[in-house]
Amino acid sequence: MGGWWSHVVEPGFFSSEVVRTAVVAGGVVAAISGVVGVFTVLRGQSFAGHSLGDISATGGSGAFLLGINPLFGFVGMGLIAAGCMEALGVRRERGRDVATGIVLGAALGISALLLYFDTTVHNTTGAAVTVLFGSLFAITTSVVPVVIACSVGLLAVVLVLYRPLLLSSLSDDIAAARGIPVRLMAVLFVLTMAVAVALAATAVGAVLSTALLIGPSATALRITKRPGTAMLAAALIGVVTVWVGCLLAYDSFYWPPVRHGWPVSFFIVALVLVCYVAADLGRRWWNRRVSTRYTPVAP
Amino acid sequence: MFASFMVNTWVVGTIVAIVAGVVGFFVVLRGSSFVAHAIPNAAFAGAAGASLLGASTVGGLLAFAVAGALGIGALSSRGRHDVATALAVVTMLGLGSLFLSFSTQYAPEIYSLLFGEVLGISSSELAPTMVLGVVTILAVAVWYRPFLLTSVTPELAEARGVHSPRVQLVFLLIVAVATTMAVPVVGALLMFSLMIGPPAAARCFTTTPLLAIGLSVVFALVGVWAAIALSYVTDWPIGFFVGVTGAASYLLGRAYAAWHRSRVVQGLDPDGPPAVAI
Repeated sequence: MGGWWSHVVEPGFFSSEVVRTAVVAGGVVAAISGVVGVFTVLRGQSFAGHSLGDISATGGSGAFLLGINPLFGFVGMGLIAAGCMEALGVRRERGRDVATGIVLGAALGISALLLYFDTTVHNTTGAAVTVLFGSLFAITTSVVPVVIACSVGLLAVVLVLYRPLLLSSLSDDIAAARGIPVRLMAVLFVLTMAVAVALAATAVGAVLSTALLIGPSATALRITKRPGTAMLAAALIGVVTVWVGCLLAYDSFYWPPVRHGWPVSFFIVALVLVCYVAADLGRRWWNRRVSTRYTPVAP
Repeated sequence: MFASFMVNTWVVGTIVAIVAGVVGFFVVLRGSSFVAHAIPNAAFAGAAGASLLGASTVGGLLAFAVAGALGIGALSSRGRHDVATALAVVTMLGLGSLFLSFSTQYAPEIYSLLFGEVLGISSSELAPTMVLGVVTILAVAVWYRPFLLTSVTPELAEARGVHSPRVQLVFLLIVAVATTMAVPVVGALLMFSLMIGPPAAARCFTTTPLLAIGLSVVFALVGVWAAIALSYVTDWPIGFFVGVTGAASYLLGRAYAAWHRSRVVQGLDPDGPPAVAI
């Protein structure tokens, strides 16, 4: 190990138990978020994806209050909210927008109450921050196997639904003409997304769950138009982002201004944004190059 | 409940409700709920940053809310609108978590920025709220027609020479100012409920824009007043009541729309205006 290497990777990174848990759980969650995220972006449901993250965090604070496993709170609340959105939402895009907003608004209100009770009953004041932002370095090790099992299950669901879901995401009409139950697909997808987002929110917090759902997928869809390739690319970008973020956060324990480390969420979000902007600029540059090369000669 | 220390709360709550009702009508009409959720979150990060630097909270709120609005505008000019909004909101929240980790701020203050605080609105906060409120309402009045035109018939607006992206940017800035004004009272997260629930409910009752705006303001006022009173009595956070009354008014609107439609179908009320549920 040379001198520069020990500056890039501060000593103890690979032997730390906390880091190992974060790397495994964060990686799994990032991969499944990337896969589901491509459909989310294609269907234009980023708002629902983000809302489900915030709402499942409400379930998390409820579980904290009741003293049950937070994962059940996150996933349970996410599924209930997804059901409500589908029940309220009508088919038009703006109706869906309002339905999502109404469910999110109500859930945020309930969240305010639950956090208030958490504060008064458990006498812990940091609950609001923990539930909203979460921390990759605060995952309990016992959650990891459950998160992995659920993610594998989700992946199987996405693979089974892949073709009909893709077709109905690109065009409802064509899908319906081919005999695909479009309405059922929409419901199944929202439920799948709810579980994926809730898992991510449990593991990495509500903010990062949105970042990992939307950022890598939107980046991948800038690079390639093939949905299958985009899913692989999104999962890859997500995993790399999370791992580099973990590394930077670990290193930042030695950085100013405070010597207790910068939040890992910040690094991951920043990397996600950088990837998206870079992919966007690259795409524009490529398009310009292609268009200048093939400009037809004026008659 | 109407003691002298509560007067500021009632005044500010009333202003917030009026502004949220008016601005919210366009939020719902334009299908911009996500933006209405994103900008308050951005503002929250600004408040965290301001407390870190020791600057004024309103300044931090306004700076970040406007930065968020401009960021969404810039990102969405070259990609999907909802993706741009999602990226902007997570970026702002990422910054917020960074600021919070640097500061030694006491957690309840963060909680009240997110979920609102009925008590402790000082008289010095009253003036900025009023000024920002008046600015917002005036701006909406000035851009009333372009807003309506670009949201209802974008093609017609384009044909008339109304520049849609610019109108959208103005709209985002108005949402940013309205948010800044409301965060100290109802909190970053619940300003959103107030801009969605009452207007969406109002649109179930009427399709006439001005009437819908009026109804939306009425619903928002009733919601906020009820929330302040209930919060005072129960000592529960005001955000809870704002969120729940918002959703309840929308469900009421949907129920009315469904009932009205069934009457129209049965031929009982053939002359009535068609209620459009969205």
